Amino acid sequence: MSFILTFLLMFAFWMLLSGQTQPILLLLGVISSLLVAYWSHDLFIGKADIGQGIVRFLRLIRYIPWLLWQIVLANLHLVYLTLHPKMPIEPTMMTFKTNFNTDMGVFILATSITLTPGTVTVEATRDEFVVHSISKTTAESLVSGEMQARVKEIEGHRV
Amino acid sequence: MDVKTIITAVLLFTGCFFIVVAAIGVVRFPDFFARMHPAGKGDTLGQALILLSLMVYEGFTLITVKLFIIMVFILVANPTGSHFIAKGAYVAGVKPTKAHEEVDISSSEVAVSSTSKKHCGVDSAS
Repeated sequence: MSFILTFLLMFAFWMLLSGQTQPILLLLGVISSLLVAYWSHDLFIGKADIGQGIVRFLRLIRYIPWLLWQIVLANLHLVYLTLHPKMPIEPTMMTFKTNFNTDMGVFILATSITLTPGTVTVEATRDEFVVHSISKTTAESLVSGEMQARVKEIEGHRV
Repeated sequence: MDVKTIITAVLLFTGCFFIVVAAIGVVRFPDFFARMHPAGKGDTLGQALILLSLMVYEGFTLITVKLFIIMVFILVANPTGSHFIAKGAYVAGVKPTKAHEEVDISSSEVAVSSTSKKHCGVDSAS
């Protein structure tokens, strides 16, 4: 099952990148996709629950618009801080506790923290995050925990 | 000058603006961790806008799809990369210039440890 799925994904990706439809090239694409799928299907999908994976992926797509908006806000904030003559920054390091069940959740939260206003992830594990924040207000917005709640929703927690 | 060219120009200009500001930020900010902020964020939005402008210019073709794939890869790779640089510095013991705070997310209390106030000495004197 994971072999077939990996093969289909690889071949679709090959088609996107090449854009060729001559039979000989298609045959080469099929052969290379089969080889890649044979070698890496246990790494790419493995024993993961495919149904749950798809549900999480759909939830992730719903999360992305909010994240993009946060990225825009982050950059406007950054432009303000950079071009302000006095640079009103107040850098602090802080740690906070989390509880995630999957590495995927940790990855999404760490990436989101780096991309959203005024915070960069320094250390990320399943139970603890170390975050560097550039001003007090941004640190407080992180402590309010809206982002954590959203990421846990992707993971499938009952919040 | 049709509408497509104008949209392309505006997006391209905005993207370049964010990247230039990020570069200025890297130079202006005081310490290593503060410099991670413009390096990690400014480039991400800047490249996304530049690639978006190229996608608009190209119209709906296979090249647009490839540009989109590049954009998604950079959107994932850029924060991951800056996180690992920051983590490397943290593990190696690079000290931020200001206080280290312990924040307990469950009680929402922000407690600044008194010892680390020493780091602020230089800044508050100026």
